[in-house]
Amino acid sequence: MNALSKLLWVGIAVLGAIALAIVALSRGEMINSVWLVAAAICTYLIAYRFYGLFIGHTVMQVDANRTTPAYRHNDGLDYVPTNRYVLFGHHFAAIAGAGPLVGPVLAAQMGYLPGTLWILAGVVFAGAVQDSLVLFLSTRRDGRSLGEIIRSEMGATAGGIALIGVFLIMIIILAVLALVVVKALAGSPWGAFTVMATIPIAIFMGLYLRFIRPGKIGEMSIIGFVLLMTALIYGRSIAESPTIAPYFNYSGEMLAIMLISYGFVASVLPVWLLLAPRDYLSTFLKIGAIGALALGILFVMPPLKMAAVTRFIDGTGPVFSGALFPFLFITIACGAVSGFHALISSGTTPKMIENETQIPFIGYGGMLMESFVAIMAMVAASVIEPGVYFAMNSPSGLIGTDAASAAAKIGSWGFVVTPDMLTETARNVGETTILSRAGGAPTLAVGMAEIFSNVLGGKALMGFWYHFAILFEALFILTAVDAGTRACRFMVQDMIGAAVPRFRNTESWSNNLLATTIAVSMWGYILYTGVVDPLGGINTLWPLFGISNQMLAGIALVTCTVVLFKMKREKYAWVAALPALWLLVCTLTAGLQKVFHDDPAIGFLSHASRFGDALAQGKVLAPAKNIDQMRQIVFNDYVDATLAFVFVLVVVCIFVLGLLEIRRARANDRPTVREIGAEHAGLAHA
Amino acid sequence: MREAITNLPWKLPDAGRLKTLVARIKETSRLMVGIPDYDRYVEHMSANHPEQPIMSYREFFDNRQQARYGKGMKRCC
Repeated sequence: MNALSKLLWVGIAVLGAIALAIVALSRGEMINSVWLVAAAICTYLIAYRFYGLFIGHTVMQVDANRTTPAYRHNDGLDYVPTNRYVLFGHHFAAIAGAGPLVGPVLAAQMGYLPGTLWILAGVVFAGAVQDSLVLFLSTRRDGRSLGEIIRSEMGATAGGIALIGVFLIMIIILAVLALVVVKALAGSPWGAFTVMATIPIAIFMGLYLRFIRPGKIGEMSIIGFVLLMTALIYGRSIAESPTIAPYFNYSGEMLAIMLISYGFVASVLPVWLLLAPRDYLSTFLKIGAIGALALGILFVMPPLKMAAVTRFIDGTGPVFSGALFPFLFITIACGAVSGFHALISSGTTPKMIENETQIPFIGYGGMLMESFVAIMAMVAASVIEPGVYFAMNSPSGLIGTDAASAAAKIGSWGFVVTPDMLTETARNVGETTILSRAGGAPTLAVGMAEIFSNVLGGKALMGFWYHFAILFEALFILTAVDAGTRACRFMVQDMIGAAVPRFRNTESWSNNLLATTIAVSMWGYILYTGVVDPLGGINTLWPLFGISNQMLAGIALVTCTVVLFKMKREKYAWVAALPALWLLVCTLTAGLQKVFHDDPAIGFLSHASRFGDALAQGKVLAPAKNIDQMRQIVFNDYVDATLAFVFVLVVVCIFVLGLLEIRRARANDRPTVREIGAEHAGLAHA
Repeated sequence: MREAITNLPWKLPDAGRLKTLVARIKETSRLMVGIPDYDRYVEHMSANHPEQPIMSYREFFDNRQQARYGKGMKRCC
């Protein structure tokens, strides 16, 4: 490093330290969101330069002369050597979804500080480490998937357990994402109309792309975008029309059933008709909206109205239950560390890397970018009035269903808000109510509307911006729902096919329909329980999602640790082992608390026994209205408890198998990894 | 003055660089939705597998679209 660049890095470090100090130490007065953004960017730059590159050069010891799978198997299709900036864009588009936008919004109930610190520390020491190490492992194994890597490096048992884990996380993700859409669209004719309009628009785009102008993605996306904006603007007239609005005014239950049927149909249809064209639209809209949000925050520089730390760090918060440890670290998964990325990093990206030296930039850097999306979501949630934030995110079981009762209850928690403020905000964004719209999307939409309307349109356009934000989240969640259901269907076919080989045939319609039915009914069931849940569903299901996602990250990091030992790099194994241990502690504590905690708001079993006891005495507890609903609540509690417990078991099994594998590797004095293409690198093959 | 400009740590954009930039942005956008570069595919096939048939752009597009929504999850939540 020369003197100039040394000076530059010292400058970045000083600026970052000042920004972090302002973010962390200011009490009582509002700080500007710019400080949060500056603290994040300085942290990322320093982390990439000094830790990301350290992992690349010293831990992985990337080899610039080693042929990558993209060259070895170049076929112009899956395996294509790709420019690193182009590949970075591809990788980022694949990892950034709804997750980093939802978690931070929920975590804002504890104030912006705890969530922000975890996002920054988590990404630097766990998330980005996982993404880049898995990318490295897969690149050295012809771009094999995480499941295949686990099987070859840790044995068939570990591979099988990981497969079950991956299947369960998919089911939970689909249910929770669908729930976010339900929460955003229930009782919102404007939102429901716009989101429903995306279906005919996508089908039109699909037909256009197949028959009128084959393969012209660019012009088709522009046409689709224009149609979408037309639907969005027209949606306001729909919502204001007393005759048409009722046709688009749905309850949560109705929306859930519509989404379940939709997921079934959309994942069985040929992909070119609905899934692919909507995927194109949602991908471009997602990247555009993320960019716009970044520009909006930089231009408007809104002050943060949420306190740095609220009283809810004690675990009594209305948005999610449970204390800061472990539940903050479960609530924010994507953006800090997301196990799902291990599947992406061992998917298409490793097949396109030109040179191993680009792994830190794409793997570590890509995850830093996603983390920045999470920081922006935190800013968006913190710029709205805290009282409004709690009104939007607390379950109706706590704050009631009208503005007056909500304002009174939230006031009793110490957050000033008047009923007028709540109805005024709802009117500004073109809705009748904003109460109890948990799930991140609507809060983020109000935050984004607040920021964007400062740049363009003022109050008059707030409704447009709000529904734009809802639309863009709903659009890519729906795409995830059908793509995910398809992926689950293939997994079901694979798993049942292990016993009945005939079931593996993916061409057969009966197999297709049966496997899709199994996949849809699993996530559909969980979604439905979430919708009728007295605590609003998100409160119950989001922690399960977080636990499953961290569980997968734990599996991935244990695998990385094992491989480092097998490579005889145990000196550096702490890079993966420390975050793996942290995730073990978090998922085990959270998982066991969700099952066994005495507080019925946290523990599924104590909740079940509270309702079970009442049931035995023939009593009906709110929100159940009859004995049947009471039975249903008890049954759902047992389902959720089982799921949480299975996650705990999966993590423990993988850890034990990992430790055994490490012992075996240490007993051997030569590297025992199974890499591919090590001809000139001098690495031993097992 | 001329020298001062060329000594900047970055180059000023000229027509050629702008063209590359636009091409890269296009390539990135298409790859984001799972469609790799068709010209490079044709180039690769004619250089390395001249005996094999080369898919037309339409076939290539369908092939890639099917591949994106097959087994495995290609994007995050």
